[in-house]
Amino acid sequence: MSTFDQVANIIAETCDIPRDTITPESHAIDDLGIDSLDFLDIAFAIDKAFGIKLPLEKWTQEVNDGKATTEQYFVLSNLCARIDELVAAKGA
Amino acid sequence: MRLEYFQLIDRIVDLDIGARTIKVEATVPTSSTIFEGHFPGFPIMPGVLLVESMAQTSGWLLVALNRFERMPFFASIKDAKFRQFVKPGERIDVTARVVHEGSGYAMTQASITVGGKPRCSAQLTLALVAFPNAELRSHMEELARRIEFPQHVLVQG
Repeated sequence: MSTFDQVANIIAETCDIPRDTITPESHAIDDLGIDSLDFLDIAFAIDKAFGIKLPLEKWTQEVNDGKATTEQYFVLSNLCARIDELVAAKGA
Repeated sequence: MRLEYFQLIDRIVDLDIGARTIKVEATVPTSSTIFEGHFPGFPIMPGVLLVESMAQTSGWLLVALNRFERMPFFASIKDAKFRQFVKPGERIDVTARVVHEGSGYAMTQASITVGGKPRCSAQLTLALVAFPNAELRSHMEELARRIEFPQHVLVQG
């Protein structure tokens, strides 16, 4: 199963969002309506599933400081790319 | 337990940084205006206060794990179960263990027993943020002394 499919399944299950409405282009916040508290449950499930620790604090800080956009982290294709990077870094 | 100050635990009995567990105890007061309403003629500890005692217990564990550099705030709760009543005068033992440490949050599994028998349990999520001001940090440090927070854990590796 691809990273995207795993993440989409987690989001669908955690937030009760129809799976077929979740696409790689979906923005978790703007399109799927996931708030920061719900995202903690998603992060928990992703951390467990992939054996990583999503650096939410760092991402939030970067967005707040204007150094990154929410799209870079919360559009699902980008989120999955970050997850793949973290998984690769873990195995390095 | 000082219900009027929302201080729902009396003493930290055990705090194990390596195992990421904590055990505290508290005695429910024999009288309180709360029991006059909850319920007349049948006083029992409200479930929300049992939840709060589990949140505070989890919070002290996270304060220790974060070496007093983060303040935990209760964010969500799952699977709260209330199996038996907790009555005025009873001593409760509250335990919590960290089940996941995320970035800026942590999840704990907590439970309350009386005389070794389970009364309630829940999974809690607490957000971990910088202390919003010096006053709160100072208050927490004072509270830590009151509940016998083991200061030596802050210097353990």
